Amino acid sequence: MTKNIGSARPRDDVRLLLDGRGTYLDDVPVTGALHVAFLRSPHAHADIAKIATAAAAALPGVVRVVTASDLAAICHGWGSSQTFPGLVERRQTALAATRAVYQGQPVAAVAAETRAIAEDGVEAIEVDWRPLPEMAALDHALEPGAAPAHGDLASNLAYSGTIGANIDPAIWKEAAHVLEESFIFHRVTGVPLETRGVVASYLPADGSLTVYQSHTAPHQLRSLYAMHLGLDEGRIHVVTPQVGGSFGVKIHLYPDEIATCAIARLIGRPVKFIADRLESFTADIHAREQRVRARVALGADGRFLAWQVDCLLGMGAFSTHPGSSVQEGDETVRLAATPYRVDAFAGRVDVAFQNKTIVGQYRGVGHPMASAVTEYMVDRSAEALGVLPEELRRRNYVPDDAYPTTSASGLPLDALSHRKCLDEILRLMDMPALRLAQAAFRAKGVYRGIGLSAFIERTATNVPVNAHVRKATAQDGVTLHIDPSGSVRAAITVTEQGQGTHTAIAQVIADALGVPFERVTVISGDSAATPYGSGIRASRGAPVGGELALKAGRALRRNVLAAAATLLQVAPDDLTLDNGTILRRGGGRGVRLDELAEAVHFRPQLFQHGAQPNLSVAMHFGHDWPTLVPTNGIQASYLEVDARTGMVRLLHHWAVDDFGTLINPLLAAEQVRGGIAQGIGQALYEELLYSEDGQLTNATLADYLLPKASDLPDITVGHVETPWPHSELGAKGAGEAGTTGALGAVLTAVNDALRPLGAKITEMPMTPERILRALGKI
Amino acid sequence: MDDLVVVSMTVNGRAVRRAVSPRQSLADFLRQDLGLTGTHLGCEHGVCGACTIVVDGRIQRGCLSFAAQMEGHTVETIEGATASGRLAALQTAFRERNALQCGFCTPGILLTAAEFLADNPRPIRDAIRTALSGNVCRCTGYHAIVDAVASAAEALS
Ligand code: FES
Ligand code: FES
Repeated sequence: MTKNIGSARPRDDVRLLLDGRGTYLDDVPVTGALHVAFLRSPHAHADIAKIATAAAAALPGVVRVVTASDLAAICHGWGSSQTFPGLVERRQTALAATRAVYQGQPVAAVAAETRAIAEDGVEAIEVDWRPLPEMAALDHALEPGAAPAHGDLASNLAYSGTIGANIDPAIWKEAAHVLEESFIFHRVTGVPLETRGVVASYLPADGSLTVYQSHTAPHQLRSLYAMHLGLDEGRIHVVTPQVGGSFGVKIHLYPDEIATCAIARLIGRPVKFIADRLESFTADIHAREQRVRARVALGADGRFLAWQVDCLLGMGAFSTHPGSSVQEGDETVRLAATPYRVDAFAGRVDVAFQNKTIVGQYRGVGHPMASAVTEYMVDRSAEALGVLPEELRRRNYVPDDAYPTTSASGLPLDALSHRKCLDEILRLMDMPALRLAQAAFRAKGVYRGIGLSAFIERTATNVPVNAHVRKATAQDGVTLHIDPSGSVRAAITVTEQGQGTHTAIAQVIADALGVPFERVTVISGDSAATPYGSGIRASRGAPVGGELALKAGRALRRNVLAAAATLLQVAPDDLTLDNGTILRRGGGRGVRLDELAEAVHFRPQLFQHGAQPNLSVAMHFGHDWPTLVPTNGIQASYLEVDARTGMVRLLHHWAVDDFGTLINPLLAAEQVRGGIAQGIGQALYEELLYSEDGQLTNATLADYLLPKASDLPDITVGHVETPWPHSELGAKGAGEAGTTGALGAVLTAVNDALRPLGAKITEMPMTPERILRALGKI
Repeated sequence: MDDLVVVSMTVNGRAVRRAVSPRQSLADFLRQDLGLTGTHLGCEHGVCGACTIVVDGRIQRGCLSFAAQMEGHTVETIEGATASGRLAALQTAFRERNALQCGFCTPGILLTAAEFLADNPRPIRDAIRTALSGNVCRCTGYHAIVDAVASAAEALS
């Protein structure tokens, strides 16, 4: 039998991207669209005393200038979509009405015949700003007397929660070692190369809204637009064309996107909004701004007696929509120390309002910091005990055969393989040889570091709390149909942003049904083509989409065999389907799937003695597994720190992951490599720099440093496969592990390099300046 | 509305004569007026390389040039370079090595890599990395791209 699951098959559907024939949002042909540009707040916090729009409206080519009052009747704004009880929230509107609370917040919009004219219109709007004291710096946000981020707040504390149980104070006294450290993680953002954008058109004649949007979840958008604009959901059609990267940025719904659809409704003409890069920096979700304190009690035997991890998260001016900004801090604490046996764990998450851009769900959500903090502390523990870092890890891991279990922070965990992954990465690295090389370089005054970072990554959300408010279903859906030619069409709700979702789903269906891969075509990203379903988030493509494809493929196979049995006048159990041909088990004449399909569609008289043949299947699947699907892995970084310049040169990087059953090792490996690049970006280069008064000062690609080809090393990727025991396919999520492990691997490697110099660094990104400070050179 | 300027150039082997706004970038002109949407815009300030095109045989940023400056010049986009077949080895290598994910950076990277390989038929890995450092890819981490360029170089030699 042909086996597609597990095969490293390249994506066929990239041919058109390679030829420059992809259709991204800005390439979608729309007739007569107006272009929308936004006036955004230049201030972090300011009252809007007056907006004068007459000059803008008078410009030739400007069709309409829109402010909050124009939209008030169409779109009421939104409050909570949060999943964390007790989170203080403030109501948002698509355009700010009387006060702006972060730089980049949309305040007015101009619809015009061209984008250039729309931008001219924005420049012609005059706003009488009355600046207010702003709260930008996270370190001061919760101090008494700090300026409130919203005028009516008594404190900027938006949320406070505890995780785990209280730690007996005696433990700290009796421990052989108590290690303590604080960490600073600065703000970053996702930077998909294609910026966000929306094309919306509303037809007053029938109340229909058609939206093309660079996004990952078309059905969720439909439900959200129905909610925001008070429209009949049945009349909303959302298409997500080719998406030029998301990384979480495009799972959210933004005020400018809601405003664009509201403007389409207001003026009854198609409108188009494409964010420019500056807008993307100030208005896309930000992530990772955290202060973390960790404290570890270590027994003389190397046992982890207690871990305390506290996180302060800066969330910006609002909690993200749909979803919750708190998640980034909550996951950091909840995932800390989870690879290890820990006797007691206590954690706390505080979340602060700021007059800054909203923090949302960027690839890895909290997990990179969990891993970085944990692995730094494990290295310090190994140092205190005088054992090798890999040795302490091996000793203290929850053993691979101890699952299922529950972490000290309360997470149900299953089917993980820390020891196997560690063994595999040490083998790939040839650790003994690497340590010898490192020692030889140190003897010559060259400071090379080796760092390890193990992690647990939670993937494939099931039923989220408050799903009805977020319009976030846990189910995905698919329809399968066999055409008269025998080709199979799958319309599925997990979407493609370049991961290879379509290829992986086709591989699963080909095997489940018994047809060649080439006969399967996968369609996604169109709410009119697929049943209702979740879309992509939290690495659910393989575990949920793949499982759905497997179940639906098998159901279709039963239909095919039933139809063939009627045609051939035998029992379905006497038939098999493999490689597109139906054969009798005992031998004798069979029938090819294309012949059967042709007969079903065009020669119904052949089926008169049996039930109606049915070559279609519609199915939904939402898992009822105990938790999110945990995956685990480990990464290693080998690098050199130049002690004179503070520059870090990355020499090599390794990753070993356990994604359960691998549908396609080629695609999974490239997900890992791409994720690692983003984790390395956060470790060494990327930082949104704010001035004290809340102004983002590096909102260009020239000033916000993304990793370039010459910055990055080669990356070796290995796999361990522990199938997810609760599904038939056994696949786990693979989209975020790369980002999650890389931050800690680079952090521990830099610190390993600095150790002989008596220096340490716990602030990221680890820029040359920060490294020189750590070395006491500046 | 701005006063328009009439400009004549060759695009993908065909003579083109159009009235353009003096502030229209070459990339916008190719995308909006000629429908050549394979030229992408990732930053519009000359850093990401998604808008890379070929002018008179050398790669150039489409977002930093104006259409009105192209009088008498020869422009080639990803569509033209694909049709000519000169990218075929790279395109095959990129597909086989999965050296693209979302594909938004890919046209610019292919044109950059093709010029590099024409000048350096037997490149070492570091030279490939340096040559591609003017092109941002946010999806792949570059490793697969470097592999694909190296294997295209081998296929071509
Ligand atoms: S769009 Fe031209 S360099 Fe980025
Ligand atoms: S493949 Fe997405 S930016 Fe390169």
